[in-house]
Amino acid sequence: MDTYTSAPEAPRARLGRSAAGVARRLDWALIAAVAALCAIGTMLVWSATLPGDGSGPMEATGHMRRHLVHLAVGWALCLTVASVDFRAVRGYAPLVYGATLMALIMVLTPLGAVINGSRGWIVLGPVQFQPSELAKVGLILVLATLLGEPRDGESKPMTRDVLYCLLALALPLALVLLQPDLGTTLVLGMIFLGMLTLSGAPLAWVVGMLACGVATACAVWWFDLLEPYQLDRLATLIDPSADPQGAGYNSAQALIAVGSGGFSGTGLFQGEQTHGRFVPEQHTDFIFTVAGEELGFVGSVAMVALFIVVFWRILRIAAGCDQPYPRLLCVGVATWFAFQSFINIGMGLGIMPVTGLPLPFVSYGGTAIVANMLALGLVLGVHVRDRGFE
Amino acid sequence: MHRPPGTPARPVRRLGTLGVVLAQVLVVVLFAALGVRLWYLQVQRGDHYRELAVSNHHQELVVPATRGQILDARGRALVNNRTELVVSADYHELQGMPDDGEAVLAELSEALGTPLEELRQRMRLCGPTVERPCWPGSPYQPVTLAEGVGSQAALQIMEHPERFPGITAQAHAVREYPYGDLAGQVLGYLQPVTQEELEAREQLRTQFTGIDQVGRDGLEKIYDAQLRGTAGLRTLGVNNHGEIMEVLSDRMPEAGMHLVTHLDAEVQGIAEKALAEGMAAARPRYPADSGAAVVLDVRTGGVVALASVPSYDPSVWRGGIDQETFDEMLSAEAGEPLLSRAIQGQYPPGSTFKVSSLSAAAENGYSLRSTYACPGSINVGGQNFENYAGQGHGTITLHRAIVVSCNTVFYNFGYRMWLSDGGLHPDGEPDEAMAAMARGYGFGSPTGIDLPYETGGRIPDRQWKRDFWEQTKENNCHRAEHGYPDVADQDPSHAAYLKRLAHEHCVEGFEWRAGEAVNFSIGQGDVLVSPLQLAAAYAAIANGGTLYEPRVARALVSADGSEVQMIEPSVKGRLPVSEETLAYLQAALTEVPKAGTASGAFGGFPQDLVSVAGKTGSADVVGRQVSSWFASYAPADDPRFAIVVFVHQGGTGGATSAPIARKIYEGIYGFSANAGGEDEEGDRPPSEGALPDGRPWQELPTVRSDGSIDLLDR
Repeated sequence: MDTYTSAPEAPRARLGRSAAGVARRLDWALIAAVAALCAIGTMLVWSATLPGDGSGPMEATGHMRRHLVHLAVGWALCLTVASVDFRAVRGYAPLVYGATLMALIMVLTPLGAVINGSRGWIVLGPVQFQPSELAKVGLILVLATLLGEPRDGESKPMTRDVLYCLLALALPLALVLLQPDLGTTLVLGMIFLGMLTLSGAPLAWVVGMLACGVATACAVWWFDLLEPYQLDRLATLIDPSADPQGAGYNSAQALIAVGSGGFSGTGLFQGEQTHGRFVPEQHTDFIFTVAGEELGFVGSVAMVALFIVVFWRILRIAAGCDQPYPRLLCVGVATWFAFQSFINIGMGLGIMPVTGLPLPFVSYGGTAIVANMLALGLVLGVHVRDRGFE
Repeated sequence: MHRPPGTPARPVRRLGTLGVVLAQVLVVVLFAALGVRLWYLQVQRGDHYRELAVSNHHQELVVPATRGQILDARGRALVNNRTELVVSADYHELQGMPDDGEAVLAELSEALGTPLEELRQRMRLCGPTVERPCWPGSPYQPVTLAEGVGSQAALQIMEHPERFPGITAQAHAVREYPYGDLAGQVLGYLQPVTQEELEAREQLRTQFTGIDQVGRDGLEKIYDAQLRGTAGLRTLGVNNHGEIMEVLSDRMPEAGMHLVTHLDAEVQGIAEKALAEGMAAARPRYPADSGAAVVLDVRTGGVVALASVPSYDPSVWRGGIDQETFDEMLSAEAGEPLLSRAIQGQYPPGSTFKVSSLSAAAENGYSLRSTYACPGSINVGGQNFENYAGQGHGTITLHRAIVVSCNTVFYNFGYRMWLSDGGLHPDGEPDEAMAAMARGYGFGSPTGIDLPYETGGRIPDRQWKRDFWEQTKENNCHRAEHGYPDVADQDPSHAAYLKRLAHEHCVEGFEWRAGEAVNFSIGQGDVLVSPLQLAAAYAAIANGGTLYEPRVARALVSADGSEVQMIEPSVKGRLPVSEETLAYLQAALTEVPKAGTASGAFGGFPQDLVSVAGKTGSADVVGRQVSSWFASYAPADDPRFAIVVFVHQGGTGGATSAPIARKIYEGIYGFSANAGGEDEEGDRPPSEGALPDGRPWQELPTVRSDGSIDLLDR
């Protein structure tokens, strides 16, 4: 059996593969699941952004249409990335990583804008985007390169590789913390831990890093490094009804919205809790509460099931990879999506602290959608290429 | 690149694959947990959250109904409503602020020009230790901070909700009293509804709406439900800012009914003025500290006027009374103006009570045609009982005994009836004819008037004496044994007297003694009646024996006039006396203002036009000055009005109360006061009385469908 590294001729021939050939090799189950989530998300965004003054759905389509534009751009980028050989993409990894770092630095300059208490946005005329979303993609690319293709001919990453990885993590982590954006910080750390764990790195490092993660969480808790509102959010996770108008307000209202949906939900556009806008940020971070209220248990569980399908397929692609680099790419993306989805849905259900993380493929937000789609494109690309080698 | 092909890839892949499979399992488990959580929230606890959601975005507004007016018999408004700008605060919203709403109150203080301290006080909930002003209502009701606010300040508040969170300025209907303090105690007053009442009434937590008030006294209390009407209920869908998104349901308020009373504003005014002036006239010699005047329609029991002095203006209750006013209204120095002496006061009736004693004698074998000795005094059980001023009248008829108010004739009746009952130790069941007759006249129990807190007075008898002894025995017997060491220090002889008394009370305090029966016969001792009871009794004498339950209210008329509920006269009973006795009594009473104890007061009164029948009374209470009574009715030949006047510590009945009653009659019938030569009354041209032909208004005033009210006219 040949590996692609030692047989440069074969892939080159495949690079010229026709669009029809690429299409035939795409993971259609994964695409269908993501597309379904996107479609549901569009409806939920639409419903969540109705003005709530009794006007019908057709009178307020602004957010919904912008969301469709984001999705269109996202899907186009996704398919483009999917049709490019991931080895070619790998070559751009340092560039992408460097660009996201630059963007994260720019955020802290006057070009950055503060939205919802966090300096996480860059506003360039009519275009505004969130570099921290793109930083996740950049980090995955760099970590996959560092861990998947160890130096000195080792088959597994050694201590030195891990140290490089730590450095690669530390830079965006520090910049995101400065915004401050705790949610993204957690996601970056989680991506690192997930990829490291499945990279074959020395067990001591894996265990050590996991321990570090837990220790950091504890330290942050004990040394009061969190902003007061973050502590409040953690505290209200324990008892959301303790202070319904204060920090617990989001949680309490989210629970009411989800719970009141019941088994079958109120029906799309019919949620009174949603249209009274009792849950803040219901079209972005708390989009799942709209699903809970309007689509009920049936719809919510269906969404959870779709997410399971997405992660399952991505990890299946990872399992099918011969080589560590594409596998780690998929593992990184899966870790990102799974962690972020779990936190997001969990906070809507009152079992996770409130952090500002969007629900992948569902929440409103251009940068997040584009970043999600780019990552999906990477995974699909691995699937397209990797099949060929078996 | 340097790796030999084929060798190391496989183990790495296997390890990686295993890890990835584990990751897949982990993901499925974690997300399945989310599914379980969803099941718990949405299916198991769904109903709970649906309830929370409803209370979240449904807001119930109670829209108070316009309260009905209280009208006099002619249709004049004694109480109506005025629209006023009221500033109120949401108690819970202000309390929920980090500074307890301090900043908002400070802002408000500036806008209203009211001291911040006062606003702070008004925000407090009333309680046993909280001084007024405070909020006596439910914290779920808007707390009134200021009434009668200028439109400038109100606009400022309405236009800047962001500066005044939790504060609203709204137009509210507030009670207005066009006649000021006229009939204040009868009309009563409103106070904000308390939390208990709110829960008992309709289980409604009213949100920010009008101020829900409840009648606390007088007619406002008794007819509260009818006057209040039915509040409207509007259910609103609101968003997270409390902005109204839609009206889910709307039940319009139903205005309260108007209450038409028997009261005549003019007669009421005359009665109050005459009473106050008469008391003032008595004051150089007597304290004359309080008084009452009652005017009844003898044919229906309708209350034409009910005056009590001192009085107060019910508008003091509006918008939260301050502690000083509140204390003053309850203080003894101010004469407790909240108390209506006419229905809540109870006093010994003195000689006015002789109508009952005469009836008891006549119905128990003492002939109306006989004559009876009227000595200056009689001795009963070693104690001397005197006539007024100790004067005797020889042997006289009972008619004359009423006219000159001879006590000794009635003492004898009382004593002899006591003896025939068996004296101190009766065999079997004593008749107690005097007490039974007094009860037949309606004394000793509430008249049943449609006003709250009425007293029943007291008719003492043997049973009462025994009960009283049971209650006091322990203390008396203790004193009888141990004496009064505290008193003995200063006054040993007085202490010895008290000890003897205690011993007496301990050993034989249950005995109804001759002296008590004697005192009872002239309405002294332990006999207590209210002016209203006496008026109802005299009205019964006047109308031929029907004892009515007095009624202030005559009818309830819906706000648009479409519905009229008459409040029919209610008969309490008949006087247990024969026609003959009644006629005899009427004749005797008719002579009193002409040739008897009230002739001085009625000198020059046109008795040929309107003949007044009545009886004076001068009642003694130990340690107090004599109290003055005059109980009467007119016209004697075709009775229409019964008038009772009482002045506490006001002198004799003939000197103080009879002239007051005379002024009221003059006012009703329009006789010039000059004829009596007492004082000048230039208010009205002669012969134009409050009720010129001497009849109460027969028809009801007309309430039109547009809500306007037509006054009756003659």
